[in-house]
Amino acid sequence: MARTQNSTDAASANEKKTKKKIFELKLYIAGQTPRSIAAFSNLKKICDTHLAGQYKITIIDLLKNPKLAQGDQIIAIPTLVKQLPEPVRKIIGDLSNTEKVLIGLDIKPLDV
Amino acid sequence: MKHPKLKGLQKSPTGIQGFDEITFGGVPRGRATLICGGAGCGKTLFAMEFIVKGATLYNEPGVFVSFEEISEELIQNVLSLGFDLKSLIKKNLVSVDYIHIEKSEIEETGEFNLDGLFIRLEYIINSINAKRIVLDTVESLFAGISNHAVLRAELRRLFRWLKGKGVTAIITGERGEKTLTREGLEEYVSDCVIFLDNRVMEQYSTRRMRIIKYRGSYHGMNEYPFLINENGISVLPLSSLKLQHEVSHERVTTGVKGLDEMFGGKGYYRGSTVLVSGTAGVGKTSVAAHFVESNCKRGEKCIYIALEESKDQIIRNMNSIGINLLQWEDKGLLKFHVVRPTYYSLEMHLAFIHKLVTETNPKTAVIDPISNLTTISSPNEVNSLLTRLIDFLKMKKITALFTNLIPGGSPLDRTEIAVSSLVDTWISLTDIENGGERNRLLYIIKSRGIAHSNQVREFLLTPGGIKLVDVYVSQDGLLVGSARKAQEVIEKQMMNEREEENKLLNMNIERIEKIERAKIEALKAEYRAQILEMKRSLKESQIKKDKTLSAYKLSARSRQKLSKNETKTTGGDSNGKDSE
Repeated sequence: MARTQNSTDAASANEKKTKKKIFELKLYIAGQTPRSIAAFSNLKKICDTHLAGQYKITIIDLLKNPKLAQGDQIIAIPTLVKQLPEPVRKIIGDLSNTEKVLIGLDIKPLDV
Repeated sequence: MKHPKLKGLQKSPTGIQGFDEITFGGVPRGRATLICGGAGCGKTLFAMEFIVKGATLYNEPGVFVSFEEISEELIQNVLSLGFDLKSLIKKNLVSVDYIHIEKSEIEETGEFNLDGLFIRLEYIINSINAKRIVLDTVESLFAGISNHAVLRAELRRLFRWLKGKGVTAIITGERGEKTLTREGLEEYVSDCVIFLDNRVMEQYSTRRMRIIKYRGSYHGMNEYPFLINENGISVLPLSSLKLQHEVSHERVTTGVKGLDEMFGGKGYYRGSTVLVSGTAGVGKTSVAAHFVESNCKRGEKCIYIALEESKDQIIRNMNSIGINLLQWEDKGLLKFHVVRPTYYSLEMHLAFIHKLVTETNPKTAVIDPISNLTTISSPNEVNSLLTRLIDFLKMKKITALFTNLIPGGSPLDRTEIAVSSLVDTWISLTDIENGGERNRLLYIIKSRGIAHSNQVREFLLTPGGIKLVDVYVSQDGLLVGSARKAQEVIEKQMMNEREEENKLLNMNIERIEKIERAKIEALKAEYRAQILEMKRSLKESQIKKDKTLSAYKLSARSRQKLSKNETKTTGGDSNGKDSE
């Protein structure tokens, strides 16, 4: 599992400190395809905008670690899994639609 | 069974009883086969058996990917069918995976593909080096992913990819309203499509299977009934594909002496099918029991499928005509299978008989009575069942005897289920009423390939079994019962009279012969006396003749002497006398 004991501890520690939710995100990709690169850059943008300092992204390349597809029931690529805070949600696609991603992550968009 | 295989298309045997026969070898190897049908028709089980049999019988590891049931449930479900998945998984022969997507958890934004699924499948296939894979039911993905355009494209890619991997795949699909599957999977999986169906007729459900398409191979076209029991699926070919069972020239006794004589003294052909039809209480079971007994006496195994009476009742009743069936059961030669027809559907009946025959491997099978099967199904269905059953029994070279109850009043030469043309030998039992009694009659309506008696024979059920009695024909037709007995007495009297008359005649002949002989003797004696007399006279006259002759000679000589003396004394005198 990519989710390490360390990061969970850090996340809970962070949560206590800031009293803010830490978003633990996993992005499943299969190789460095244009689509997965796009997904990652889209995600990064959204997180930086709406979840500054509140997120942790783990990128899992299934080509390198095919075993991991089973655990999170990954079928589509790319898939973003919001592990924390609960409930677990999945967003599939290249994350080009920011609004939908925010709904998927259950984040109220900041008024810009 | 060996079937001709087409070159070019290799097949993967499923190990499912009967299925490999109707497809001539199984599903296409290295390709995808679609199994579709309504809920509860047995798709998952079919697929599971394909995997399990592949692993256990054909040394082909398999992957079962379920989109519906979690692995634990699946393992538990198929355990009741005798598939021990857990141990197969432990041995790395089978791998079970549960793929699930929950729509409520998923948001779709932008482009995606199903590489995740591909990677997952590839990983699991490689982990046990699988040769077979099942996707059950891949259509579930349509419920989880709303972008169907992408999904369809990806599924098409998936099936192509599976083909490229060289694994034999089975994909299941739920039946749609107008299409074979809800999402039209048949468009993508087009090598082989099998349709399963579960139909309820007259409250009894029957599962059926049909091969809708099989690219590159011929296959059985019919709807084949199949059933699911503790051994998994068995498909029952409606009839064997060819009428090619070997026939035997061997004959087996009917167990009734008189009946054997009617069949030229030898009985039925081994492996033939005999129908004993008749009205109620006429002795059909007795004829069957005799046959069973004669088989067991030879030490041959026999199964008795009783659809009407309990085993104990049959044994008791047959004891009353001197047939002890219990001893044969104890010796393991006779096996009873007692079941009410209504207990399960026709197909299940057939399957049980199949199973019983395969397990016990008998030489003879009796079904008593087949007419009872119509209580659970239409005559047509029963007919089809019997066709299959007869084919099956013939292939196994089992001599079969069916009894058939004919309702009173209906023509005797017609069976309700039109089975008569399927059987080789047909014995009709009937009883006729006259003179205030009913008497049993027996005749052979047909017997293929056996010279048989054309007589209607009366028979009796005696404590020593069935006895055929001699035929008595009067001007009014066949005499039976007391009429026959009366006739018997009359004939006996007539016989006695004739005997006496004969005696008299014989005596007369003897007398005349004696007279003849005496007269001949007397004549002979008389003639002999005459001959003797004549011979004596002849002798006497001969003697007389001799005497005269000798006297004459004597006188002649003395005369000569005298004349010589005269010449000496007178000389010329005698000469002169001579010259005179």
